[in-house]
Amino acid sequence: MAELFASYDILGAFWVTILITFWSAVGAMVLGTIAAIMRVSPVRPLQIAASAYIEGVRNSPLTLVVFFFFFALYQLMGMTLVAPSARSSTHAFLWGVVAMAVYHSAFVAEALQSGINTVPTGQAEAARAIGLDFTQSLREVILPQALRGAVSPLGSTMIALTKNTTVLATIGVAEASDVMRTMIEFRPDLLYVIFLIMAFGFVVLTLPMGMAFTALSKRLVVRR
Amino acid sequence: MTAMASRNPSAATDHPVVAMAKVNKHFGALHVLKDINLSISKGEVVVVIGPSGSGKSTLCRTINRLEAIDSGEIRVDAQLLPEEGKELANLRADVGMVFQSFNLFAHKTILQNVTLGPIKVRKLPKSEADYLGRDLLRRVGIEDQSDKFPAQLSGGQQQRVAIARALAMKPKVMLFDEPTSALDPEMVNEVLDVMVDLAKQGMTMVVVTHEMGFARKAADRVVFMSDGQIVEENTPDEFFTNPQSQRAKDFLSKILQH
Ligand SMILES: Nc1ncnc2c1ncn2[C@@H]1O[C@H](COP(=O)(O)OP(=O)(O)O)[C@@H](O)[C@H]1O
Ligand SMILES: [Mg+2]
Repeated sequence: MAELFASYDILGAFWVTILITFWSAVGAMVLGTIAAIMRVSPVRPLQIAASAYIEGVRNSPLTLVVFFFFFALYQLMGMTLVAPSARSSTHAFLWGVVAMAVYHSAFVAEALQSGINTVPTGQAEAARAIGLDFTQSLREVILPQALRGAVSPLGSTMIALTKNTTVLATIGVAEASDVMRTMIEFRPDLLYVIFLIMAFGFVVLTLPMGMAFTALSKRLVVRR
Repeated sequence: MTAMASRNPSAATDHPVVAMAKVNKHFGALHVLKDINLSISKGEVVVVIGPSGSGKSTLCRTINRLEAIDSGEIRVDAQLLPEEGKELANLRADVGMVFQSFNLFAHKTILQNVTLGPIKVRKLPKSEADYLGRDLLRRVGIEDQSDKFPAQLSGGQQQRVAIARALAMKPKVMLFDEPTSALDPEMVNEVLDVMVDLAKQGMTMVVVTHEMGFARKAADRVVFMSDGQIVEENTPDEFFTNPQSQRAKDFLSKILQH
């Protein structure tokens, strides 16, 4: 086992997994919040656009979304997020994060919306009745309560996101599953050990996440 | 109307606080408000009474445009209700509303419930808003609960907080939609007492309620609704002892039975 750690940059690969997870989660939260707000806004065209985005993305396979950004936008159409001269692994990493953020934003939006649905309509009416406008009602009254209801589904989404980072191996991002494939190729004799290391690595990432979200949802529970 | 005149001898305002003219409202095929005309003067207390489903809540909710109307017009302090947006939010700030189910903000403390509007809408500094909030909570008798959350209070206490929250905006008119219907009987009076005090202090009020005691004690006028129409309007005494329409007679005989 020490041999594997010496010859392959397993920790480095997990670090890439962590980076992808982190930035994709941030992006998914931002995009998902925007989509959810658009969907509950009183403006019909915004509602329709948000619904189309959420349903479209949510029902596409992740691989398809990743390929769309990496092969269609980047390789075919030459769109880049940094200078084109940057290392190809950088391009893959950035487009991978974008794809992950977009894909999971649909699930974040759904989680937030299910949270918003737990807030009784009377709360929004009372907010409007004291003269708060749409943005203020959302910020002061609806979202803080919605977030409490959304913590559990958001937790599931974030754990799924962590595991889904492995899909990025298909576009050559050197994350955990990428180094795993390399190791299996060169050290098939250590197959079981490699599997155990990988499984253990993901459990180390996702288990504390799950525990943190559970603790958070318990702490934030709204008494009615 | 005479009661109002005596209470507000110098009510020189030439326009009513609330003026509804030929207001119609449908929910799909259901015609819930039929040609409603209603005018409420400054300082007047109007009790709206009528069978369940007659459109009382809807009437109340159109006044601050929680429900939009199909035709007719509604003016608050002479201003036509604006479309959804900043202007409407400003107008709503001037119209206090108390709901049957209290609707206190569940994630905010009692004091924060009362100060949210003053801070966010009236732009009061927090210290001033807190001072105002504590003063109002004292007026409704719950100053010692100000750091608790709504769920920790009884229904009667919650409803008094809701009244304080509405008052904090210094509204031109207060709307009450069956404010005591969700309360245990022993808590009804603590809320009605606060409302009677408000009426005495000259607040303009529209109150949907079946509490005849309140109507007799505090109302200048009773408006009887049935099937989306205003069927009868009169002083409380006249209405309860000598109803004119058959529908009012039927309704009163029913609520008087228990
Ligand atoms: N949001 C709504 N959608 C459809 N129908 C409604 C809605 N709100 C009220 N109604 C209907 O309109 C009628 C009047 O309701 P409401 O104003 O609540 O009466 P009240 O307060 O006098 O009991 C009722 O038949 C009720 O079912
Ligand atoms: Mg009602």
